This record gives sequence, C-alpha cells and structure tokens, in this order.
Amino acid sequence: MLNGILRKWNVRIGLGIFALALLVAFLGPWVAQSLIGWSGHQVDYHAIGRPPGHGHLLGTNTAGNDVLAQTVLGARGSVFVGLVSAVLATVLAAAVGVPSGFVGGRYDRVMTAFTNVFLTLPSFALTLIVAGYVQGAPWLMIALIIAVFEWPGGARYLRSQTLSLRGRDFTVAMRMVGETRLRLVFFEVMPHLTGIISAMFLRAMVAGIFAEAGLAFLGIGSTDTISWGTMIADAHSQSAILNGQWWWFVPPGLCIAVLGMATALVNFGIDEITNPRLSAAGRRLVKKFHAARAAGRRAAGPAAAETAGRST
Amino acid sequence: MPDTPVPAPRGTSDSVAPVLEAVGVSKHFEVRNRGGNNAVVRAVENAGIALHRGRIVALVGESGSGKTTVARILGRFYAPTEGEIRLHGRPVAAGGIARRDYFRKVQLIFQDPFGSLNSLHRVRYTLGRALKLHGHARSRREVEDGVIDLLRRVNLTPPEQYLDKFPHELSGGQRQRVVIARALAVRPEVLLGDEPISMLDVSIRLDVLNLLAKLRDEEGLALLYITHDIASARYLCDEIDVMYAGQLVEGGPKEAVIQSPKHPYTRLLLDSSPDPGRSLAAGSASEGLFTATGELGEPPDPADPPTGCRFHPRCPFAMDECRESFPERTEFPDGQWVHCWLHQKGRAHLLAPAPPAQSLKETRP
Repeated sequence: MLNGILRKWNVRIGLGIFALALLVAFLGPWVAQSLIGWSGHQVDYHAIGRPPGHGHLLGTNTAGNDVLAQTVLGARGSVFVGLVSAVLATVLAAAVGVPSGFVGGRYDRVMTAFTNVFLTLPSFALTLIVAGYVQGAPWLMIALIIAVFEWPGGARYLRSQTLSLRGRDFTVAMRMVGETRLRLVFFEVMPHLTGIISAMFLRAMVAGIFAEAGLAFLGIGSTDTISWGTMIADAHSQSAILNGQWWWFVPPGLCIAVLGMATALVNFGIDEITNPRLSAAGRRLVKKFHAARAAGRRAAGPAAAETAGRST
Repeated sequence: MPDTPVPAPRGTSDSVAPVLEAVGVSKHFEVRNRGGNNAVVRAVENAGIALHRGRIVALVGESGSGKTTVARILGRFYAPTEGEIRLHGRPVAAGGIARRDYFRKVQLIFQDPFGSLNSLHRVRYTLGRALKLHGHARSRREVEDGVIDLLRRVNLTPPEQYLDKFPHELSGGQRQRVVIARALAVRPEVLLGDEPISMLDVSIRLDVLNLLAKLRDEEGLALLYITHDIASARYLCDEIDVMYAGQLVEGGPKEAVIQSPKHPYTRLLLDSSPDPGRSLAAGSASEGLFTATGELGEPPDPADPPTGCRFHPRCPFAMDECRESFPERTEFPDGQWVHCWLHQKGRAHLLAPAPPAQSLKETRP
C-alpha cells in the first residue's frame, strides 16, 4: 500500500515540499548567514523598507531586516511548532482513540464523552486564552497548547476505524489463537491505520502552523523567535499593506499556503489509494476506453454504410 | 505432535466421554429495532452437542438457523445466555478455564479465508505467532521448522515457497489451508469449522474436506463441521445434527439421518439437495411433500419465532400440539433422536420415504 502511495505524483510533490520545509527549518540560521549574507536579526541601516533588489532579494522591512533571511529563519519557528504539535496531537489521538475503539464498553463511553467535550470546545478561542495566560511562552509551550486542542477529531476517526477493525475476522481469529491484547492492537489493528495516521499527522502539522501564525498575528506567542506568523503580525502592525510593502508579508503567507497545498496533495494521493475510483490513472484508462470505442464505432460506421449501399 | 495418533473410536456417541460438550445452551441477543424498542433475538435455544475424539459431527441447517452462533459459543467467542460448555467434563464458565488454556484445546476455523488472515502479515508471521504464543517454538529456527511442518501437514508443498507469501498472493483454498494450519499450530483437540468450504471454489472443496478427514483419522481431532450442504456432511461426517431456527431438531449417525430422516425438516433438506442417484420422477414425487407449503417456505424471524415447534408453519403434517409446545426428544435404538410430535403421536409412518403424493393429500390434517 505504501509503495502505491509513493508512486503518485501528487504525493511525491507534497512530500517533497514537506521535506524542503523541514530542511530549511533545520538549516535556517546557517542558510541565512552563509547563503543570503544576512542573519535576519541584523539591521541594514542603509536599506529600510526597501523593495526587492539592491542586495536584498526580497527587500527589507521597516526595521531594516532582510525579508528572505527572516522567511528562512521563520521556517524554524513555524515548522517546528507545527511538527511538535502534530506529533503530540497524533500521539494523543492514537492513544485515546485506538484503545477506546478496541476495548469498548464503559471505557469507550467515558473516553468518547471526554473526546466529545474537547471536540465541542471552541478550540482557537481557548488556545488564544490559554496562550494569553502564558504570555511570552517558548515555542515548545505554544506547540503543546495547540496540540491539546488539535487531537479530538483524529481520536474519533481512529476510534471508529479501530471499532471496525476489531470486529474483522482476522483480529477475531488471532484473538482466538490466544494473541495478547497489546499485540492485537499494535500488530493486527495498527498497521491498518498507518495510512490514516500519516494523513492525520500532515494535516495536524499544517493546522499547527496555521494556529501558530494566528496566535502570533494576534500578538500571542514567543516574542523573541521569528516565525511566519510574527512576520505577518509585524507587517500588519507597521501597516505594510497601506505602505504597499507587499514583499514583507507575501513571502511568509505564501510559505504557509504552499505547505497547506502540500498536505492537500498528499491527502488526495491517499484518497486515491483508499478509493480507487478517484484514481487519476483509472480515469485516464476509462477515457482511453471510451475513445477506443468511439473510434471503433467511427471505423465501423462508414463500412456499414458502404455495405448497406452496396446491398441496395 | 505430543500424542501419538490413536485409532479413532467409531462407536455410538455415548460410549466415550466427549471432549467438548454444549449442554442446554441458549444464546439471546438484545437488539434495538428501528422504533427504539428492545427486541430479543433467540439465536439458539437449548442446544446440546457433544464432540468426541476422532469423530466429525456435522451441524446442518439453513442460513440464519443459529449454526454459526453455536460454533462461536463453543469457541468462547460468545458466552451462552443459558446452559454451559464443558471441556473434558469441566464446566467452562467465566473463570472456570482461562481463555488462553481454552484456546489451546479448541480452535475455530472461519468461513471466509479472505477475511480471517491479516492482509499485512506474511504466512510465516501468522503461523509463527500461533506457535510462539503456546510455547511450541521459541528460537527463530524452531519457528521456521514449526511453520514448515505445519504447511506440510495442510498439504501446502513445497512449504518453503509459502513461507514469505502475503495472503493476497494465495488462492482461496491455499488461504483456508493456512487458516487451518494456524488452528493446528496451537495443537488443539477440537476444531470448529464454520462452513470452512463454502467460500472456496468447488474444485478445491474436496481437497479441504479430505484434509479435515485426514486430521480426524491421523491425529484424532474432534471436529464440528458446520454446513448448509448436507451432501458434504454426508461425505465427511460421522454424525449429523440438524438445526432449525435455533433449535436442534434431529441428530444421530449420519447414515441413519440420511436414509431415514425422522423430522420433516430433515426431509425437506434432503429433498432440496441435488442427488444424482435420485431419478427426476422420484424426486418430484417426494418434493410433493412440500409444494403445498411452498409459499411459507421461509425461515422464521428469530426475534419473533413461531410458538411450539418452530417448523410448524412450514410443516405439511402440523398438528395442534405443534403450535403449542416443543416436543420431547424421541430416541431410537441406533442412536438417532428427534424432536417431533409425529413420533410422540404415532404418526411417524407419514415420513416414510417417497410416499405417493396422492395419499399424502388425503391424510393431511
């Protein structure tokens, strides 16, 4: 199944974008310093609020920071928060959802109620309030807060999938061979959930990046680190839109949008695997079949007319 | 194998103590219907089955008659609502025998070989787990040898070729052999086959049946063979029990049941199974028994079963007693038994094979 997914072009592009984002996030400071020549925090007093060009590929902001360097540095703030919150949210979702579906009974009812409470909470508003309390929190704290409000949807999805897998013959059969519960969960049920979990993870990562950007935009979050969110927030507070300084907020915005697109691409690919009718290859095949049939009819048409003409 | 094959005792079922036994077992499921009311589905009522070493008992009945529920109760997948399961005479209630120990003795083979193997595991893993779980193999080497031995026993040869196959690379018959091998890996005394051949190609059904017969003869396993196909039951089994709408209606040595069915339902089953030995003319005469009730020829709803004998709406011989209460067991000297009022009321002659259709119409009440 995994091989099939990796062969899809949209999955490849999507995962490629993720890989690039991670790479930039890890190597950010080095890239900024040695490839761009500006550290991001460095101020160029000769170029304040300059448009792209003149030694600054993406221009500078009103503080004289290089926008490209900031975007590269900001990847770390955004992607790390997204990554950590996604790991936490996915682990939480699996830890709550899978046992709940597998064990069933009262435990399931309690956990489902618990999940539903979290699901109905206005998560962003609460994230905002909680993050506001821990003003100036480090990015790890922000990631944690985002994750806490991110997991319930995934937990419900995994629970229902587990519920279905638990009742399948192969799980029942292994249970009746005497397989232990732990191994039933991890070796019989979980392998069937990897596709869902990986899609969930990517989605949670982008949601985390969005949430971080939203928090930063509203002025909540760590003040000392640069992220795409803080860049947009700064651009907003310095009224970059009014001044026509598009180069300040477009690059970070575009980065967030591109990562969002990458998840969409990967998820489309996974959808095609789980629902073969959506497969682009399948569609192409159907089109080819119809074309061949039409061509066949066209070829047969004149011949038939000819024979008919001859017979009269 | 730990114990050497012992010649299977083929006497009547009472001569030896059964390995696994269901005594007066009932299973009721509570379901919620569309109106939100609770209804009780009486899937199995007061069923008794005994499985003996080296013998195959067939449980025959149409779809929905509760055969699978019986198998799953015997396999401890469901706990019975009433009655008890006894393994070697010891009751298996909650806490009586630990699950793992029970599964070591009793194994269930599922109907669908496509669903009962995890599609993500190789044959080596599936069989190896069963061996390891019950301490029959520890090291890698032992597991591999054990798996190869199992594959050979279910006639998947050469076994090395099947070790690293995924289920989707195997045919239905091969998969069912792997499923049987997994059950054997535990070294059970009892195998419960829940329609083990119904999902297989006709051409390989006989192979699997012969494999089951070999396990009985060479290894002395006790087998329950559930089927709706009375012909395969006749081919394979020593004893046939007939089930209708959750009740066991007739049972006994297979030739007795097939040659002289004592219950009208068994007659219906036998008449409706194709028999090349029976001429078309004779067939139509005996089918005459059921033509008049043809429009009622549907199994009853287990949530709202008919009173008394549940077969009475379809039975051409139904009397008032049949509608009121379920008949006592009538036993015959050859070990056959039946629950039918005809035998209690001295009207058994009506069931004589292939009576002229004319006389039947006259005697029908």
